[in-house]
Amino acid sequence: MAEILRVEHLQKYFPVPNGMLHAVDDISFTIDSGNTLGVVGESGCGKSTMGRAILRLHEPTGGKVFFQDRDVLAMNAQEMKNLRREMQIIFQDPFASLNPRMTVSEAIAAPLLVQKIYDRRDKAGITRRVKEIMDMAGLAQRLINTYPHELDGGRRQRIGIARALALNPKFVVCDEPVSALDVSIQAQILNLMQDLQDELGLTYLFITHDLSVVKYISNDILVMYLGQMVEKAPSDKLFSKPMHPYTQALLSAIPVPDPDRPMSRITMKGEITSPVNPEKGCRFAKRCPYATEACTQQDMVLTEQEPGHFVTCLRLQRGEI
Amino acid sequence: MIGLAFFLFLIAIAITTLVIDLATGNEFYRNNVINQDLFGRLQGPSKEHLFGQDEFGRDMLLRMIWAVRYSLFMGSAAVIIGMVCGGVLGAMSGYYGKTVDAVIMRAMDILLAIPSMLLATAIVAALGTSLFNVLLAIAISYIPSFARTVRAAVLTVKDQEFIEAARAIGCHDGEIIFKYIIPNAMAPIIVQATMGLAGAILSIAGLSFLGLGIQPPTPEWGAMLSNARQYIRDAWHVTVIPGLGIMLTILALNLMGDGLRDALDPRLKD
Repeated sequence: MAEILRVEHLQKYFPVPNGMLHAVDDISFTIDSGNTLGVVGESGCGKSTMGRAILRLHEPTGGKVFFQDRDVLAMNAQEMKNLRREMQIIFQDPFASLNPRMTVSEAIAAPLLVQKIYDRRDKAGITRRVKEIMDMAGLAQRLINTYPHELDGGRRQRIGIARALALNPKFVVCDEPVSALDVSIQAQILNLMQDLQDELGLTYLFITHDLSVVKYISNDILVMYLGQMVEKAPSDKLFSKPMHPYTQALLSAIPVPDPDRPMSRITMKGEITSPVNPEKGCRFAKRCPYATEACTQQDMVLTEQEPGHFVTCLRLQRGEI
Repeated sequence: MIGLAFFLFLIAIAITTLVIDLATGNEFYRNNVINQDLFGRLQGPSKEHLFGQDEFGRDMLLRMIWAVRYSLFMGSAAVIIGMVCGGVLGAMSGYYGKTVDAVIMRAMDILLAIPSMLLATAIVAALGTSLFNVLLAIAISYIPSFARTVRAAVLTVKDQEFIEAARAIGCHDGEIIFKYIIPNAMAPIIVQATMGLAGAILSIAGLSFLGLGIQPPTPEWGAMLSNARQYIRDAWHVTVIPGLGIMLTILALNLMGDGLRDALDPRLKD
């Protein structure tokens, strides 16, 4: 299938009082059209920053982003504005991501007006399109004039989805779209997102810390640790045969709903490396049970261990573990 | 509620006087508010003159009533000018941050370091006494406080996710500031404006008292107070009545400001 997004050595550093915070460091991947790439990692590992850097909501420090072979980071303001029709984002917190002073219809119509797809005076046309999108996102039409604070989390997240899809994008960054919702509503929203993907041929970059969600929705999974890529593999492969020690520990932490089965959790010891001015080498080395001297001597490289299965682990690459 | 009621009452008075002047071609104003009656000077309250007569025998009640519009309209105009200029500066300062913020806020700090009454006096002294100059002087002295309020409000709003969402759909900075940030930062600005109006009215009265504001024979509370102060031993009413007028108006506006703050902030409800 055709590649839609290619990210090469993406970096995003933030200046903090005692140095540079390496929020995203040297991330590379591609996504094929119509696929979903799940991004997992613990809180603060730079998943959301990466998603925003791709959309240039945070200006990346280095690297390249190609959307359908167009260099995103080289675009000027007007080209970027046009590109936003094709790349959209769904946010994590449906309570913070909607303007409290805008009704449902205003929120959904905003992208249509900003991108000048409809004329401001074409009230009937706008209303028709807003209703169409609301139907698509599973929002009852009677809600058209309500304010976000009158609605529950699930409905609000549907507004967020409707707003993102109003422009008919091809690629959507989903920044933990269900982690702020109740479990029962999570399933509804995930199903909605999958239906929309099939219907509209969307490509998702699905950021989450919930491994069961990512397994359910992704074709490929990218595991991040402290801003760096750790492992990338097709979903089933990653779950059946995790290679990187961090991924193994992460997967072992998934709770199993069976009281008789003994827990076989890998507990990690050691200090977490600071992402501020990090030292050379593997950032997981301090907590890794397999780490040796060599792991902190050189920067890690991403290699393809098996077809489609990329890992950044020195000892794996040397065939030592 | 009382504050709002009194404020609306003052607005109604101001509009009524305007209508009367327009309808009679200023004749009523000239005959009853400006024309002197030296036989009745400093007469205390009576049936014909409920609030008594001033040092030139003019009816105090009518002068008090006709003075409302100057205080009210000039105060509002000054606050609006201050709010718009200060608001734009504060919004830019809060939104862009860094150098823009530093430059604007230090300039505001300099303005703020000069006592506002002194600044207004200096401006009026330099530019001459006219309604417009008084207005301008007060408006300028209000810019820093509005800039600070708006900046603080913008800072709390601008890091929320819906601002990022707006950027993600392609809004430019202007649209984000006016459609997303300002509406969400409005509550403290409105409260500040109400409180500011009270201060502006007081400043106008103060400037007039010093002889730098509205000039006689135009009725104005501060000027009335100033002219009357030498008769304070002979006739209490000529000073007490304008003083009470100013006090009640300020009190009403402050009460209204408090009420508005409670009404606009959902956390303070119930």
